[in-house]
Amino acid sequence: MRAFLIRNFLQRLLLLFFVSVIAHAMVHIAPGEPSEVDPANPRMKPEDIAKIRAAFHLDEPLHLQYVYWMRDLFTGELKSFKDSQPVLPKIAGRFVNSLPIFICATLIVWTLAFPTGIHAAVRRGSFYDRGSTFVAYSLISIPGFFLAYLVILWVVQQFGIPVIGMRTFGASEAQPWLRFMDRIWHLVIPSLMSALVGIAVLSRYVRSQMVDVLQQEYVRTARAKGLDNDTVIYRHALRNALLPFITMFGLMLPALIGGSVIFEQIFAWPGIGRLGYEAILARDFPLVLTINFIAAVLTLAGTFLSDVMYAMADPRIRLS
Amino acid sequence: MAYSATTLDQTNSTIAPPDSPARQAWRILKQDRLASAGLIILAVLILIAIAGKWLTDTQTGFDPATVRLVDKLRPPMASISDLVPTEERPALGFYLLGTDDLGRDVFSRMLQGSVVSLTIGFVAVGIATVLGIFFGALAGYYGDKRLGFISVDNLIMRFTDVMLCFPTFFLILTAVALLPPSIYNIMAIIGLTSWMGTARFVRAEFLSLREQDFVEAARALGLPAWRVLFIHMLPNAMAPVLVSATIGVASAILTESALSFLGFGVQPPDATWGNILSDGKSYIFDAPWLFFFPGFAIVIVVLAFNLLGEGLREALNPKLRSR
Repeated sequence: MRAFLIRNFLQRLLLLFFVSVIAHAMVHIAPGEPSEVDPANPRMKPEDIAKIRAAFHLDEPLHLQYVYWMRDLFTGELKSFKDSQPVLPKIAGRFVNSLPIFICATLIVWTLAFPTGIHAAVRRGSFYDRGSTFVAYSLISIPGFFLAYLVILWVVQQFGIPVIGMRTFGASEAQPWLRFMDRIWHLVIPSLMSALVGIAVLSRYVRSQMVDVLQQEYVRTARAKGLDNDTVIYRHALRNALLPFITMFGLMLPALIGGSVIFEQIFAWPGIGRLGYEAILARDFPLVLTINFIAAVLTLAGTFLSDVMYAMADPRIRLS
Repeated sequence: MAYSATTLDQTNSTIAPPDSPARQAWRILKQDRLASAGLIILAVLILIAIAGKWLTDTQTGFDPATVRLVDKLRPPMASISDLVPTEERPALGFYLLGTDDLGRDVFSRMLQGSVVSLTIGFVAVGIATVLGIFFGALAGYYGDKRLGFISVDNLIMRFTDVMLCFPTFFLILTAVALLPPSIYNIMAIIGLTSWMGTARFVRAEFLSLREQDFVEAARALGLPAWRVLFIHMLPNAMAPVLVSATIGVASAILTESALSFLGFGVQPPDATWGNILSDGKSYIFDAPWLFFFPGFAIVIVVLAFNLLGEGLREALNPKLRSR
């Protein structure tokens, strides 16, 4: 077990290295540099551009730039091109903002997807099953921002739930519990919207797992013993159907960064996805690269976690 | 059911040849109502796109770029103002889907958009599928060959892992933002960032096919490796590729619209459903048709691709065959 963990960990470190090299090369080789963000500005003389390039190490060879990036990243010295603020605290602040949406969305997904999927599997072929299939595919097929705009129109007119930003402007003077409730209300729609596609995908997956398990011999045996339906479904079948979902906990980690760009943009949520989007617009290479790097770390940590958890939960799997 | 059918045939002493796999898949697909609906919608859409390509390219009455400032933001079915010169009037005699903020005919723009959106979907998926098959086939078939210290299989699959580590949408966004905005770049980037799934299951299929007798026979005949790989083995590995390609077109169209929303999509004057939709969002109260027509068009088409893909997955699943 320990040998497996260590080898797996080292493999992932190696992968991470290659990911960072490729990301770095891609961003730097692509046309467009921070020094060219404002080419129309007549006050930018060639020597100014050269000065900027030298300040950001952009005039050095690519592999040296990579070394500088890595050195600065791990000593915490890495600074944004745009405003010379340290990159890591900047990312950490936005990360904390994104976390509530991620946690709420994940909770919504996992609490809704399972009942929906199990119910559909138990009543396979029923009106409910076909209806939920259709609704799930519709949710997957709607462009996220289109649906979000429709929901915003409807929700604001009907219920007056706030949809923009993290808190109501000027509410910082209010009572603590009012401020808290304000924060919660602002969370509702963004987390619901980010959860919708997840619910659709996961409930389909739960359904197909459940359908597979319900057809197995041991379920028939359980029924033949005369157990009641609930015991068969929830104690015998569900336990085995749950197995693959242990891995999905880990696989959902990277959605923390990648999945949030559009929704944070729509709801003016100062989260990490939006930070990345702004950094891309400003050609802020250190920020873009570091967010990419953190996303890769999350992905690798997620798959590592899911491998280990799967092996711990399923005795049929041996780590070798 | 299959059993009773054969006994029936034997009593009549005429043994019918069994259905070919394609025929069986087709039969199962036809029974799936949602998938059939998806197939019909897509067939109609492709006809519309071909007609739209011809109309918007050749007929001035369907020119999607004609600006008529007197007739801006007209609702659907609105008649044409008398001030519009005759050569700039839309061929239908009225604005079927209204006009946008520059007085361009939304119907013509949607026609042009159907071509561009479908092209993006098909080309991006084409790139992803070709790459996926190529890498997957090499890794599966030549897995044991060693290049120095690392086997081919290891090399290709570790590269796939590296690609999977990037957050896909963020990667696409970075690449699209850094490269000059053009429709070809968008197709290429979506294609280059979505081949990993295909590569993985093509490899899995090839690993098991490699050991089978017909492959051994093909090799024994002295056929060149590319023939064994792509003429003999590949058709047997196509089922999952087809399914993921169908669903891939759907997600490519969605990705394009998401990029358009962030301002990195296909640039004007080219119209796609994604950029008509994202331009329309600013007029959601004054001219809701600019938002709803492209929005629902995308939903219907993407849904059709997804349902067809799921139908294909069921139809091509060997477990469900010969029922």
